[in-house]
Amino acid sequence: MTVLALAGVHAKYLLIETARVPIAIIGGLVFPALSLLFFVIPQRAVAENPAFATQAVLSLCVFAVLANSLFSFGLNIAEAREKPWDPYLRTLPAPGMSRVLGQVFSTGMLGLASVVPVVILGALLTQASATGPQVLAGLLTLGLSALPFMFIGICIGYSMPSKAAIAVVQVLMFGLAFGGGLFLPPVMFPGWLDVLSRFLPSRHSRELVVWAVTGSDLPAWAWIGWAVWTVVTFALALVLFRRDEGRRYR
Amino acid sequence: MTALATLDRVTRRYGDLTAVNDVSLTIDPGVILGLLGPNGAGKTTVISLLQGLRRPTSGTVRLFGGDPRDAASRSRLGSTPQETALPPTLRAGEVIDFVGKHFADPVPRGELADEFGLGDLLRRQTGALSGGQKRRLSVALAFVGRPRLVLLDEPTTGLDVDARRTLWAALRRQHDAGATVVVTSHYLEEIEALAQRVVVMGAGRVLADDSLANVVGRVGLRLIRLRSPEPDRIRALPGVLTCEADADGMLTLSVPDSDAFLRALIPSGVPFAELTVRGATLEEAFLSLTEESIPRTTEHAS
Repeated sequence: MTVLALAGVHAKYLLIETARVPIAIIGGLVFPALSLLFFVIPQRAVAENPAFATQAVLSLCVFAVLANSLFSFGLNIAEAREKPWDPYLRTLPAPGMSRVLGQVFSTGMLGLASVVPVVILGALLTQASATGPQVLAGLLTLGLSALPFMFIGICIGYSMPSKAAIAVVQVLMFGLAFGGGLFLPPVMFPGWLDVLSRFLPSRHSRELVVWAVTGSDLPAWAWIGWAVWTVVTFALALVLFRRDEGRRYR
Repeated sequence: MTALATLDRVTRRYGDLTAVNDVSLTIDPGVILGLLGPNGAGKTTVISLLQGLRRPTSGTVRLFGGDPRDAASRSRLGSTPQETALPPTLRAGEVIDFVGKHFADPVPRGELADEFGLGDLLRRQTGALSGGQKRRLSVALAFVGRPRLVLLDEPTTGLDVDARRTLWAALRRQHDAGATVVVTSHYLEEIEALAQRVVVMGAGRVLADDSLANVVGRVGLRLIRLRSPEPDRIRALPGVLTCEADADGMLTLSVPDSDAFLRALIPSGVPFAELTVRGATLEEAFLSLTEESIPRTTEHAS
């Protein structure tokens, strides 16, 4: 079997496992949609302005993918490394890459599912709008822009126990979400925060997705920053993954 | 006949703990090899080195001629989780299918279920299985891929006598069908029931590597403790294999036959007091048997 086919097998059983505890999925699906309901829709100045509303909906889509990637990878990997089932899977004749890709596929499916309610609510309750091809371009860009988040999640999962991972994931998730302008638009940032924000992967993702959907200008620092984060976090994830022998006790 | 797996002068350290110390081992096709030793002897580390889960600190590990860390080398290897750690929300049948998908020619789930007595459990989530049922499923997983070499780490720990015998019978059938099996245990009984060749480990080293009959003959050792002002005469009595004195003058002797030793001790007239006799644990038996062959630096305290 090829690596890809095996990755599909791993993704399938990861999804079955997750689906048997439905609350785990519902949390991820509901949180970004609730953020839209509480933070965006009551602010009529944003909700009734097509440009602002579209940006706000896209920001929360990035947030959905960010939260999903950090939680799925960071927590699942950290937890799996503490359970004896994972070492067993590593004795099977499957290259490590197929397990990682399986996780990528299953997380991607859940991430996609968590974006859907945001898009639907955004279309119904705000002036946000996008054509079919724009939505498609947005989804593609969203997937690409999620890469650094996935790799950061993998790094967390392979570098700390699950209890530490929960805390780190939460701090990172909110830090990146606020700092990247996913909750409040960057136009409302003071100058120093805007400068800082331009170094965060969440800001890069936001700019990329907004550019892909609305056709606004894409500043060079956004895609360069995204590329740098992707390469650096991928390299780090690969090092941590290769070094891994399950959890070490001292 | 080429070896299925070899360890060549392998050492594995965890920080400053040496779990496996300069071990060489060849696993040839055909036998059930018992890896016997007390907890902490290094058995599990040897298994995880063969599975490619861990890298040796020094030395080489080969599996089917390749590096066990390469997935392709593991295509004819069957293993089983040490603890009953199946994903609780998956059904037994799903777990079998999931593992089977990794192999070119998996055993159909029904056939495997019959062999290991899992027939009516396939629809149950593994979290709902009893300890013995989980263990049977875990061991069955090692055979899904029609492996040539199977590594079983403590396969029957925690099982009652009946369940243990059922599992042993299944293992023997699999062996007769052509699988080479390595089974670790800290029970001599389990190794006696299954193995043809026995490797005994203690403190990270191979202490003995011999046929079952020879090993069983050597572990029936008795330990005698007594106090005596003339330790040299005690040491010279027939049948004394080792004799150690601790700080307050107690002697610990190991002998193959304690009755014969006592029959020799009393007529010899050597003064003694506080005599006790007990069976040696496996570890003690093998440590005393191999004391001359392995230079030991540790003193027995108290």
